[in-house]
Amino acid sequence: MNNKIKSKAEIRAEKLLPGNQDFTTLTDDIAGVPEQKKTPIQWWLLFGLALSLLAIFAGSVGFLIWEGTGIWGINNPVFWGWAIINFVWWVGIGHAGTLISAILHLFRQNWRNAINRFAETMTLFAVICALVFPGIHVGRIWVAYWFLPIPNQMGMWPNMRSPLIWDFFAVFTYFTVSLLFWYTGLIPDLATLRDRAKTNLKRKIYGFFALGWRGGNRQWQHYELAYLVLAGISTPLVLSVHSVVSSDFATSVIPGWHTTIFPPYFVAGAIYSGFGMVMTLSIIARKVYNLGHIITLEHLDKMAQIMLLTGCMVGYAYSMEFFVAWYSGNAYESFAFVNRALGPYWWGYWAMIFCNVVVPQFFWFERYRRHIPFLFITSILVNIGMWFERFVIVVITLHRDFMPGAWAMYNPTIFDVSIYIGTFGLFFTGFLLFLRFLPMVSIAEAKLVLPESNPHHGHEE
Amino acid sequence: MNTYGVIARFNDPVELVHAAEKIRDAGFTDFDCHSPFPIHGMDDAMGLKRSKLGYVIGAMGLTGALFGFGLQTWIHSIEYPMNISGKPFFAYPAYAIITFELMVLFSAFGAVFGMMYFNSIPRFHHPVFYSDKFSRVTSDAFYVSIEISDPKYNEQEVKSFLDKIGGTDIEVLKDEN
Repeated sequence: MNNKIKSKAEIRAEKLLPGNQDFTTLTDDIAGVPEQKKTPIQWWLLFGLALSLLAIFAGSVGFLIWEGTGIWGINNPVFWGWAIINFVWWVGIGHAGTLISAILHLFRQNWRNAINRFAETMTLFAVICALVFPGIHVGRIWVAYWFLPIPNQMGMWPNMRSPLIWDFFAVFTYFTVSLLFWYTGLIPDLATLRDRAKTNLKRKIYGFFALGWRGGNRQWQHYELAYLVLAGISTPLVLSVHSVVSSDFATSVIPGWHTTIFPPYFVAGAIYSGFGMVMTLSIIARKVYNLGHIITLEHLDKMAQIMLLTGCMVGYAYSMEFFVAWYSGNAYESFAFVNRALGPYWWGYWAMIFCNVVVPQFFWFERYRRHIPFLFITSILVNIGMWFERFVIVVITLHRDFMPGAWAMYNPTIFDVSIYIGTFGLFFTGFLLFLRFLPMVSIAEAKLVLPESNPHHGHEE
Repeated sequence: MNTYGVIARFNDPVELVHAAEKIRDAGFTDFDCHSPFPIHGMDDAMGLKRSKLGYVIGAMGLTGALFGFGLQTWIHSIEYPMNISGKPFFAYPAYAIITFELMVLFSAFGAVFGMMYFNSIPRFHHPVFYSDKFSRVTSDAFYVSIEISDPKYNEQEVKSFLDKIGGTDIEVLKDEN
């Protein structure tokens, strides 16, 4: 092999899986993590922290249900506060998972194979965190099932022409499809864990969820088609979800919201923030579990490139909003945007511009795309910036609308903050349990990156 | 002690594909090639027909779309006509989103449960699990299995045939109970 000129596929594989890795080492390294006898101390520390935050979350939500939404800082005219900001923020983060698993799969970007499991799991827990907010913000949460079109004794049905109901269907479908996609991807890996299990209990549990997978080609044949179709239908789905979320805003008549640019702009921002979160989590996980040879600098570099692309798209949308506000000649529209940049919440707007437009520009240079501490800090800044973007859209737009007599300032309360912080507890509790018990990289798919997995390897070509 | 078939190990995906081609050409029909990941071109090598799963997914997607559109139309035109700022009851453009979402939801269920149906899973009991060595197939091993239900099955012939085409670790699977 060494005295032969390397093919393109081999050079690519070398970058994505450096060193002498083969099917055996890949299985040992990835499956080795959930099989660890001793859980790393860092895991326990993070899990303890996550559980504490989860307790804060449970307490705050409990009090919210007891007392009502009056404990939040929402007022007239800012009827939508942190709950909606956090909902959109978490759903946005959830977009990278399906983008990585579906769209990059269709484009045959096999570098995704090292990070897709990770990103899909992140999606699941992010969407759960997101779904909490529409659930609790209705106030009387015991009637939240009125969202569902189910026959009831009142003869009452939801208004299917309302974007809020579209949103409910879109996010619910997104969660269900992401879960199916995630589980389908896990089946062969669960079989791997089943076959390697040392104790009978583990073999039974993993074996139950592996459904009796045998790795026969008669199974792979249908499996691959199912996976391809799931990728195919998830692609328009992922684009639709944040477009529908944006229509919660765009179908209203509020200046600053009533714009057609919202759907693509929201989708780009969602992918941007999702990749930020995948980056944050993968940098921590590869460090803690020594998986730097599987989630490589090459992967981080590629994610940074996508963040650069989507960051620029978001920046373009910000400037285009201003241009259209001016070009429309509509006094309310123009005011809404001047108020964003120069009004009392100017700091929110400029924090957003800094994090989402200025910071990703460093990714034009390869040395920054491969500098891990820099990537880690930027990936967090990205999500701070995206939170501020939703703050700008929700709070700054609402606090000054048409009539100066109706203007007001918005101040969050401790419960706005504690519920938001608490969702991190929900997210990380789930995510850490996943890291502990399931393979964080798709074992079967990671092998497909190796040139040996190609049946023509070393023959034709 | 019932016999279920014969398994043989091959070294890598290249050998497995060639073995599949030879088994197919020898006229066997009830055999399978086990590998830790899907192998490109294996369907042709085994002489398998295209998966019919696509039709199931298509039918489910269509059902979902029709159900979504029908549900909304029925709610707003028949069951519970709500006049909201004078908007039409049959506001079909506004139905597009839920129609689409339900189409995707139903097709996803079709894809996953259809896949399980065609693969006959969950199935926790299978003769190949009797072999300890076979369990490496989910890590790094490549196996061929020829089942007793194959009309050309003859234990001695199958064993020598698998040996001839390069199989190692040839085992006869027997029910242990």
